[in-house]
Amino acid sequence: MALLTVKELSLGYEHRVIAEGINFEVNSGDYLYIVGANGSGKTTLMKTLLGLKKPLGGQIITGDGFKLNEIGYLPQQTEVQKDFPASVREIVLSGCQGHCGLRPFYTKREKALAESNMERMGISNLARRCYRELSGGQQQRVLLARALCAARKVLLLDEPVSGLDPLVTEQMYKLIKELNEEGVTIIMISHDLNAAQKYGSSVIQIGDAL
Amino acid sequence: MMDKLFLYLEFPFVRYALIVGVLIALCSSLLGVTLVLKRFSFIGDGLSHVAFGAMSIAAVVNLTDDMLLVLPVTVVCAVLLLQSGKNTNIKGDAAIAMISVGALAFGYLLMNIFSTSSNLTGDVCSTLFGSTSILTLTQSEVYVCIALSVIVVIVFVLFYNKIFAVTFDEDFARATGTQADVYNLLIAIVIAVIIVLAMNLVGSLLISALVIFPALSAMRIFRSFRSVTICSAVLSVVCALAGMIVSILAGTPVGSTIVAADVLMFGLCWCAGLIRGGVIA
Repeated sequence: MALLTVKELSLGYEHRVIAEGINFEVNSGDYLYIVGANGSGKTTLMKTLLGLKKPLGGQIITGDGFKLNEIGYLPQQTEVQKDFPASVREIVLSGCQGHCGLRPFYTKREKALAESNMERMGISNLARRCYRELSGGQQQRVLLARALCAARKVLLLDEPVSGLDPLVTEQMYKLIKELNEEGVTIIMISHDLNAAQKYGSSVIQIGDAL
Repeated sequence: MMDKLFLYLEFPFVRYALIVGVLIALCSSLLGVTLVLKRFSFIGDGLSHVAFGAMSIAAVVNLTDDMLLVLPVTVVCAVLLLQSGKNTNIKGDAAIAMISVGALAFGYLLMNIFSTSSNLTGDVCSTLFGSTSILTLTQSEVYVCIALSVIVVIVFVLFYNKIFAVTFDEDFARATGTQADVYNLLIAIVIAVIIVLAMNLVGSLLISALVIFPALSAMRIFRSFRSVTICSAVLSVVCALAGMIVSILAGTPVGSTIVAADVLMFGLCWCAGLIRGGVIA
């Protein structure tokens, strides 16, 4: 049984359908690329997978005891975050919030998880630094570490290399590939077809051909 | 000078004012960081005008305890305003402007038409600028203020991590299973309570200053959410105390003196931030 099966999904806003007839499966250990031009509905698809938006039609079925809120997610940066005073450790730790329920504080185990994910992303030395003063690549590592705190099995990445220079982009792709080899299922949203063919284990395209 | 201060401290109403002032300053600074970062700085202003409108209604219908009306009305408006961020018909800032000036106009209108007081201008002025109301609190009002402040602080501490998660990245929090809507609602309610409390201290026109200045000052110097929060609470309390003491000694209006202290503090912090270049976690 696949972790995630998407059947005849159609996406859009109240009166306007952006994309329809989307079908795909995600199995454990996959590196799935979802590619499409700007405006083809990639981000809407992502929001639907994350349960932030309701689909217009179709189904998203989960299997293997997997739940939709167990997807770790690497969003595109928002305006608010650009001047947010927060240390790297605070941000990574906030990834654990989903497990907390009503419990007000983080447990030792969650703190250790945050530490180990910072280690994994090579940002332990930045733990006390302020997020907004980091470089683009470092910020993405922080958000990746946070996503790993939220979920260890499936990560959904939305254009993780946009705005990064070629060298850092290459490092980022490598890092994600390593995570995939460690057994993390990756769903990557991108408009970079070359990278998709190079790294992805499968590629689906939504909207018109690129 | 000190003698004069100690002389004043003999009076219970001065002690009440200091206690309540410190508590209100503490509460109002806590959520400032969140509101500034969520781009809701003006919500304090909008809500305080709503509270002003509600207060006029309470005065007109001769409610003995106007808290009973003012608090619920303000809470409802806070919830509506924070929800309107997602509503595409009227954008957040426009909704705040609409509600706030509307409530202000109706409040003044009501007070004017139905007023029984001989000194209407004075009444309005003291509601807007809180000129002396902090010094005229009754004992029961003081207890209500203390109780509400304690609740606000406890709620904030218990939900600190959740408030951080929802402020930093609402979508992420929601996607990974945090009940973001519930916490947004909680933030709205707490901020409404704070506004109603703070009206006693600085009056409804100056509340925003009490909410955002300490946060903005702290953000000049510190670089992590926790240190910014703690620093803004400390700054707020210090400014409120300084402002109140100065106003008692010099006979200046309490609210505007406190806000002036906050503005001054912001200037200092801004300079300090420039000098240190800010690499403190």
